[in-house]
Amino acid sequence: MNTKFSTKTIVATGLGAAVFLVLFMYVKIPSPVPETNLQIAYGVSSFFAAVFGPLAGFLVAFVGHALNDFIAYGSPWWSWVFASGAGALVTGLCAAKVAPKVEAGEFGKSEMVYFALYAVIGNALAWLLVAPILDIVMYAEPVSTVFLQGITAFVIDAIVSVVVGGLLLKAYASTKVKQGSLSKE
Amino acid sequence: MTKEAVITFKNFGFKYFSQKEKTLHDIDLTVYRGEKILIAGPSGCGKSTLGNCINGLIPFAYKGEITGSLTVDGIETKTASLFKLSEKVGTVLQDSDGQFIGLSVGEDIAFALENDMIPQPEMKERVRKIAQIVDMESSITQNPHDLSGGQKQRVSLAGVMVEDADILLFDEPLANLDPKTGKTAIELIDDIARDDRTVIIIEHRLEDVLHRPVDRIILLEEGRIVMDAPPDEVLASGILTRYGVREPLYLTAARYAGAQITADMKPASLTAFRTDEIRDDLQRWYDANYKRPTEETGKDMLEIRDLSFSYDGVRPTLQNINIMIHEGEMLSIVGKNGAGKTTLASILCGFLKPDKGEIRMYGEDLSPLSVSERAEYIGIVMQNPNQMISKTMIFEEVSLGLRIRNVPEEEIEKRVHDVLKICGLYEFRNWPISALSFGQKKRVTIASILVLNPKILILDEPTAGQDYRHYSEIMEFLRKLNENGQTIILITHDMHLMLEYTERALVLCDSKLIADEKAFEVLCDSKLVNAANLKETSLFDLAQRAGISDPTGFVECFIHYDREVREHEA
Amino acid sequence: MKLRLFSYDQLNTFVHRLSGLSKLVCFLLLTSAVMLTYDIRVILGILLLSYVMILIAKIRFSQIRLMLIYVAAFLIFNFFLTYAFAPEYGCEIYGTKHVLYTFGGPYTVTLEQLFYQITKLLKYLSVIPLGIIFVLTTNPSEFASSLNSIGVSYRICTALALTLRYFPDVADDYNTISLAQQARGLEMSSKAKMMDRLKRTSGILVPLIMTTMDRIDIISNAMDLRSFGKYKKRTWYAARPLKKEDWLAMGVSLCALLISLYVRFFINHSLFYNPFV
Repeated sequence: MNTKFSTKTIVATGLGAAVFLVLFMYVKIPSPVPETNLQIAYGVSSFFAAVFGPLAGFLVAFVGHALNDFIAYGSPWWSWVFASGAGALVTGLCAAKVAPKVEAGEFGKSEMVYFALYAVIGNALAWLLVAPILDIVMYAEPVSTVFLQGITAFVIDAIVSVVVGGLLLKAYASTKVKQGSLSKE
Repeated sequence: MTKEAVITFKNFGFKYFSQKEKTLHDIDLTVYRGEKILIAGPSGCGKSTLGNCINGLIPFAYKGEITGSLTVDGIETKTASLFKLSEKVGTVLQDSDGQFIGLSVGEDIAFALENDMIPQPEMKERVRKIAQIVDMESSITQNPHDLSGGQKQRVSLAGVMVEDADILLFDEPLANLDPKTGKTAIELIDDIARDDRTVIIIEHRLEDVLHRPVDRIILLEEGRIVMDAPPDEVLASGILTRYGVREPLYLTAARYAGAQITADMKPASLTAFRTDEIRDDLQRWYDANYKRPTEETGKDMLEIRDLSFSYDGVRPTLQNINIMIHEGEMLSIVGKNGAGKTTLASILCGFLKPDKGEIRMYGEDLSPLSVSERAEYIGIVMQNPNQMISKTMIFEEVSLGLRIRNVPEEEIEKRVHDVLKICGLYEFRNWPISALSFGQKKRVTIASILVLNPKILILDEPTAGQDYRHYSEIMEFLRKLNENGQTIILITHDMHLMLEYTERALVLCDSKLIADEKAFEVLCDSKLVNAANLKETSLFDLAQRAGISDPTGFVECFIHYDREVREHEA
Repeated sequence: MKLRLFSYDQLNTFVHRLSGLSKLVCFLLLTSAVMLTYDIRVILGILLLSYVMILIAKIRFSQIRLMLIYVAAFLIFNFFLTYAFAPEYGCEIYGTKHVLYTFGGPYTVTLEQLFYQITKLLKYLSVIPLGIIFVLTTNPSEFASSLNSIGVSYRICTALALTLRYFPDVADDYNTISLAQQARGLEMSSKAKMMDRLKRTSGILVPLIMTTMDRIDIISNAMDLRSFGKYKKRTWYAARPLKKEDWLAMGVSLCALLISLYVRFFINHSLFYNPFV
């Protein structure tokens, strides 16, 4: 995939954020931890990040999350909005390697591992570092609560990013299989 | 007057990098300024590729290997930029939702001007003028979700015209429109073409395009031009059907009647067509073939009684609907967008709860059943197969519904294999779905519903956007299903489909059921035709012009005759 | 199904007449003013200002009812969470300890903690109306052009405009797909286990992403064909020129930010306002 911000990447960013927003608003799966939901949307942002690169990933999650907060709460909780973006941004760093493979119809074990690695690092950075620190700096939240919330968010969102994102990448790669290479049985 | 060439293909060829074979071969074609031409051919013949070569998407967005030369208004496209070309060629794409980028009509028309950095005051003035031309001036602040398909298309057209391009390219302009709106679209395109613009229409719905005259028809097949001639000659030649393009119905009727059609008879337009020369043929054929069909209906099956529904509690979407559907029927529900067709289907499937009324199958009330339980009585196949397919392999996809229902594995395998055989997919069972054609994907989605053994199958626009070959393939398959006893309901605004494949048509208009009649009767009744945004069938016009005493009977006669011909071929 | 992202009303009030750009700038300035302080006096001032604006903008309760329920739930949760995990945080900040009540164990209610948590609560309560005003009185068409005029790349702004444009279409797709899958027996109800539900949701997600990828191709072609990205800049049909009122509103907001900073650095010499010493 082109590293520059091509028209296709821009459109993907815009529509990706719309999908992220729809899922963020409507699809919440309760997790075993009380008061926390699995946000399927993080699977979408990591998918777009892996296919269209870090900037697209960042914007999909950042814009989607910010709009959701605007609609639900009237005002975004910026520290977490930034963290969402940052997670997808780091995940998007795998695009250089993963995206061309996926576009060629390949998403095997090594791509999956590579993608999962970046997704986990991205989420760790986002929820164990960016979100708590911004919470403390911007909102003067007490240290103990922010890290507790951060760890929960990290575990849950990392799982979603890897499982759902990986599933989508696999499904998308399979649509790129060339015709005419198969025989009837 | 000397003709000035604006588009010249010379020994042109194109191969996508992602494909082994060339998509276009040895294209030699010249289009002159002010001409209006129609490029026709079946899906996959390369007509869209040809269009994309003219507007510059090839090689800008789709990479590949170009041989030979193509010049557009003096520019060699191989080396030109897309921006340079888009000043010359304006393209209206078939998907008017995809082309409607702005949040309002005005913004969307202005998009090209915004990118051209036109200052706002000038931009507003130009947008206003163009909106006036396409008759959208009063809706300039409306957003796309409040517009009909036809209005969206007008906006797309305006958004292209605003750039003042001399060449306008329409890629399947009729694909998503109902027949009446399509007719208006063709009239609008014709009006625009008058101002010395060059117009190229890519479309396989020939009869609808020929509602207004074109100068030439270019027929494409497997990437080569097989015919390039004035419409009268092309139609007289009778080769269209062989290349997967449907000829106008009135011509098919004339051929069935044994008439010899020549270019001198002006077959390209029904109003010019010399019907007097074939009157005797038609009358003789009609007398020989018309027979009163025997009426037989199956057992009563699904009863819809006094059904009413409203989304907001204020405006009714359905009012007091009463329908009885019989075992083994194949019927169509028609009506313009917003008339309540989709709502009715959603209620039948249990997606929506009616405000009033009952739905009973063999006397059993369906209302206590959940959506997934209901699926074993009434199954629905959505218009776009991509909206249904969630697995990568065919077997997995078709078995999904059974797996969720915890059916034992051996039974799953048997039922899936059976249904795959019925759907002609058995030999592909281990293929990834992505390797299938559109028609095959459609069959996968039908199979994935059929495997649950629903008593009634509902299909929403099963052939939308399909060329004649795929249309026939899908519909013949459905007809075979129906002959094996499957009851089928089709939601459609395809007139051919309702005429040729369904006996009975239900017409919804402004939330009411206004007719429940034979399909051909609906298409011969101008009041119903208008209410449902359809068009009268040209068969009816032909019969009238030829002075057949009972034009409706003539249409009926044609349908039965045609069905026999098809069965014979299939 | 007609889903609109924001229930934007075209009214003719002072707030509605402001251009999208100035509303965005005011929103950013005022929220920063609140964010950068923990002084209850400054916060109350901005709180007052924002509620007056809600009245001027004629925002009806019915428009924001759902939002308020979410906000209330969030605030209550946050309030108790803060107390549960950091009951002494107020004392840490203000350096004194006035005990009001003891639950036993480490849990006491102190004046400092109460003051800290109320200040925090008010902070949220003053920011929320600003967001509501911005969202409900700005024509969505102006969002993107406003961002562009404060220096965000127009490519990114166009992406945002596309999000607003296609959100209802995507939501429609989601509904259609979800119903189609339910008809095949995919229960979305709550009983199933977490991993099962995650897998089942993918039954909706895969078709949704595939239809979206198709759309992306079509839209980007349509944009390319209409000269998107031809120059380093673009103009905006929906942009509104700034008027006197706009400068006034931005001026007032800038003053609020400056006051907030002044109080922080020259009066309190700290993020917090400390009435206890």
